[in-house]
Amino acid sequence: MTATDASAFSTVTPIGAAVRRKEDHRFLTGKGRYTDDFSRPGQTFAYFLRSPHAHAAIRSIDVSAARAMPGVVDILTGADLAEDKIGDLICGWMIHSKDGSPMKMGSHPALAKGKVRYVGDHVAVVIAESLHQAKDAAAAIAVDYEELPVAAGLATAQEAGAPQLHDIAPRNTAFEWELGDRAATEAAFAKAVRVVSLDLVNNRLAPNAMEPRAAIGEYDAGDEAYTLWTTTQNPHVARLVLSAFVGIAPEHKLRVIAPDVGGGFGSKIFLYAEETVCAWASKRVGRPVKWTAERSESFLSDAHGRDHLTHAELALDAGGRILGFRVHTRANMGAYLSTFASSIPTYLYGTLLSGQYDMPAIYCEVDAVYTNTAPVDAYRGAGRPEATFLVERIMEKAARELGEDPAEFRRKNFITKFPHQTPVILNYDTGDYAASLDKAMQMADIAGFPARKAEAARRGRLRGIGYSAYIEACGLAPSSAVGSLGAGVGLWESAEVRVNPTGNVEVLTGSHSHGQGHETTFAQLVSARLGIPIDQVTIVHGDTDKVQFGMGTYGSRSGAVGMSAIVKALDKVEAKARKIAAYLLEASEGDIEFKDGKFTVAGTDRAVPFAEVALGAYTAHKFPTSEIEPGLKEGAFYDPINFTFPAGCHICEVEVDPETGVTDIVKFTAVDDFGVVINPMIVEGQVHGGIAQGIGQALLEGVTYDSDGQLVTGSYMDYTMPRADDVPRFDVGLTETRCTTNPLGIKGCGEAGAIAAPAAVINAMTDALGTEDVPMPATPATVWRICEAQAAARRAAE
Amino acid sequence: MYSFHYRRPTALNEALAVLHADSEAKMLAGGQTLIPTLKQRLAQPTALVDLSRIAGLSGIQKTAEGVTIGAMTHHADVARSPIVREVIPALADLAGQIGDAAVRNRGTLGGSLANNDPTADYPAAVLALNAVVSTDHRSIPADAYFQGLFETALEEGEIIVAVEFPQVDKAAYAKFRNPASRYAMAGVFVAKTAAEVRVAVTGAGQSGVFLWEEAGDVLASDFSPAAVDKLALDPSDLMSDLHGSAEYRAQLVKVMTKRAVASIA
Ligand SMILES: Cc1cc2nc3c(=O)[nH]c(=O)nc-3n(C[C@H](O)[C@H](O)[C@H](O)COP(=O)(O)OP(=O)(O)OC[C@H]3O[C@@H](n4cnc5c(N)ncnc54)[C@H](O)[C@@H]3O)c2cc1C
Repeated sequence: MTATDASAFSTVTPIGAAVRRKEDHRFLTGKGRYTDDFSRPGQTFAYFLRSPHAHAAIRSIDVSAARAMPGVVDILTGADLAEDKIGDLICGWMIHSKDGSPMKMGSHPALAKGKVRYVGDHVAVVIAESLHQAKDAAAAIAVDYEELPVAAGLATAQEAGAPQLHDIAPRNTAFEWELGDRAATEAAFAKAVRVVSLDLVNNRLAPNAMEPRAAIGEYDAGDEAYTLWTTTQNPHVARLVLSAFVGIAPEHKLRVIAPDVGGGFGSKIFLYAEETVCAWASKRVGRPVKWTAERSESFLSDAHGRDHLTHAELALDAGGRILGFRVHTRANMGAYLSTFASSIPTYLYGTLLSGQYDMPAIYCEVDAVYTNTAPVDAYRGAGRPEATFLVERIMEKAARELGEDPAEFRRKNFITKFPHQTPVILNYDTGDYAASLDKAMQMADIAGFPARKAEAARRGRLRGIGYSAYIEACGLAPSSAVGSLGAGVGLWESAEVRVNPTGNVEVLTGSHSHGQGHETTFAQLVSARLGIPIDQVTIVHGDTDKVQFGMGTYGSRSGAVGMSAIVKALDKVEAKARKIAAYLLEASEGDIEFKDGKFTVAGTDRAVPFAEVALGAYTAHKFPTSEIEPGLKEGAFYDPINFTFPAGCHICEVEVDPETGVTDIVKFTAVDDFGVVINPMIVEGQVHGGIAQGIGQALLEGVTYDSDGQLVTGSYMDYTMPRADDVPRFDVGLTETRCTTNPLGIKGCGEAGAIAAPAAVINAMTDALGTEDVPMPATPATVWRICEAQAAARRAAE
Repeated sequence: MYSFHYRRPTALNEALAVLHADSEAKMLAGGQTLIPTLKQRLAQPTALVDLSRIAGLSGIQKTAEGVTIGAMTHHADVARSPIVREVIPALADLAGQIGDAAVRNRGTLGGSLANNDPTADYPAAVLALNAVVSTDHRSIPADAYFQGLFETALEEGEIIVAVEFPQVDKAAYAKFRNPASRYAMAGVFVAKTAAEVRVAVTGAGQSGVFLWEEAGDVLASDFSPAAVDKLALDPSDLMSDLHGSAEYRAQLVKVMTKRAVASIA
């Protein structure tokens, strides 16, 4: 950074200013420190022997030859886990089936015990002096597998006679959940004038964080304490699970450090086998144990996202108003229930099925199904993209069947009065859906679309336009509410504001930044509030020994919940500083005003700057310490009283080349209501990234397993990650209704793009192609097949 | 990666001596194919013989017949060579469409041809232009060089030294990229001389690059996209995978052929 750039951070930064990201200098100059950048004295390297089979019984594992190989320190298997009484990995959200029975959680050991259930499942770990020696030895481990029939497909895994993954879960069904009022919904359908139905596949995605997962476990025999450096979005939650459930060590003997983390998108929320094993094994071998995933291991073993099969029906009255919505979804859980897997297709999905619409009755059933594939859990949006895709696809289809304009059909059904109680738990506090729709329509030049379509047709291209009026529930989440729904944790957030004697500030937050820019946004908030330059504020996060217990970052919660905790702590700091300032100014506390970083006696020019009050707090010379404690450091826990509800309207315009099936996104408009925006540049970046992932889901990405459960898309040769030239320029705009339930009025922006974009793109594609049946990813080959089938039908008709 | 010896000879016969003495030794050019293969432990050579310091293996020369390009010449150098741009601009276009900038800065013509990946770009140009692959001891015409998936006429330890590309009246390359890998799904190189039109197709064939002779024949009498329109490529010898069926590839070959012709007709 040049001197001029640095000076940009030496000013007070108001809320709403597009401050450049403080952390980018570190990242862009290679000074970031990621887990793999750390080396511990005497460290060893772990390599995981993974199952080559999707489903097999392990008859025996013979490690004797491997043990004798050069450099091998130890080789551990499930039997060693059992010997040390290490518990299984768990799923922390209890879901009950319709019949009241608890979900059927199949045993999920960190190293296989007798059976492997997906390609990439962990069979043994080799710990050696070097990674190459570990790999050499792993190749010498003799595993006697008895291959079992494979249940690879979601569509057939529940059938009688399908191979069973877990004895505890007949028909491979973890739970059969329901939400909403079945009778009321049946009644709504009984009086419907028209029923629109739709079958959808929501394709499975690989998360693909830029930094692969990694871990270093270290045991200090003197303190009898462990340290685990790992790529996690929520270090305290990782520690809690490792301690309370897996039983590695008591919480106070386990330090989890998440240093710089290069992207997560949900995939780093969960506690995986690898970091568990690195922590545990470090004591067994008496040396630090390091593991870093190779990209192919990421494809195999990072929890995937989405993967639903859904049938839905929408009941409409004669005027085209929605009477009821009925949904049956089968959600693929993969081979085991990952840390939060059960909550994703249930409380983060079914609760969003009302969309932006006034739906009097909703009934949703979800079957969670085990298959011989990698576990599926939260991925950017987590349940909410699946809900939006369904709602917005069926709304588009309904408008077409009714012959109504898709925008006006939506508008007619919008919720316009707030607060609004949906039939699926959520209570929307505020919103103005028509405002976002109108602004998006104007920016997208809807009026000019017919002319553009005609012009494209003259060039032999098919143009289409599609809407996605999405809503999401963010700011996870009111603790008692999620507790009553089965969550094993509360979803509040914590903050501590430490003002130093010289007036600069450290904020310890339970949120965790892995690309979101918290070091800037959070500091911006403090700068604006205390009137001190942003470079006087440091955000501390990601270390359980430094930071008080916190819940971490996911579900667009860090702004709405994490920053609210900071606001609460700042309130306390200010209150105390006011008292101290009153003594310093020899005035009564009621006369003190705090503005622009100065405490002033109202109506006078007598003032002390914030830094002087900070110093005064620590010298403690000028106030009675029997009344006011010395120091200036305050903590707060903030528990939200409601979810927040970001919403907006995205419009996508595509042009399809029927000769090759190539889809060109010619225009993408996104108008979002995120409530109050702290840093518009960071928000815009989040929108861009989210849309890129949404376009990826719609046109490019899809995890594919073959019928033997082998991963076909195991590298970037076959898994299509969006590249810069796959995405168009984004026209983004904002509308604003303040969130009414948190102090800053923030709703959250981290997932909106990924939630909204797939439906916008596919609605545009279905419009262009004149068929509702456009699967994701709509690759050129798929689109061409559709065009060809249509051409063949036309030829047959002639 | 398994361990191996590393050699960096400065003369061709030095390299040949190592390769002939040890059939498990492998040449290393740009490493863009070989290094990933080694990292995945899919190959275990005893030694790598780095060709980068051997004098005379890289460079671009204008000749009476066309242009000669050294085996160790990087894709990026071909893409921006004024000589190639002047003599066979389509070849420079092709080189500029290989992989990404990093790959083009390391990958070489010789490495690409020795590897003969069925989805690589250069084989289409070499075959359509009827180029000659010259090695340490002979010259191999393109028609004899490509022998199937990753198969070539090269003998064990035979080093490609250069490729002689003849100038033609007109040439163009049209590439349809695999969305994931960005290698060719259908790469069509059309080369027109007074005597004939050669249409070489990469990315689509089950046994690698091939000449679409039917297209060459019709284009020889009517060099227009419309002439290609009437043709249908038989998909039975084409690849079918996650990214597209054989029928789709047949369609892409036809469309890319038309587009290549349209760009120079
Ligand atoms: C991300 C990525 C994308 C790519 N995209 C494309 C693409 O779009 N199109 C495309 O065509 N290619 C693509 N490639 C491949 C690239 O063009 C490589 O450069 C090429 O395949 C191999 O050339 P190399 O110089 O790297 O050879 P190396 O990898 O060093 O060697 C490859 C093989 O050739 C042998 N060899 C090398 N030189 C000689 C020689 N002079 N004589 C005899 N044998 C020799 C080696 O022993 C080895 O077996 C891509 C590669 C990567 C990594």
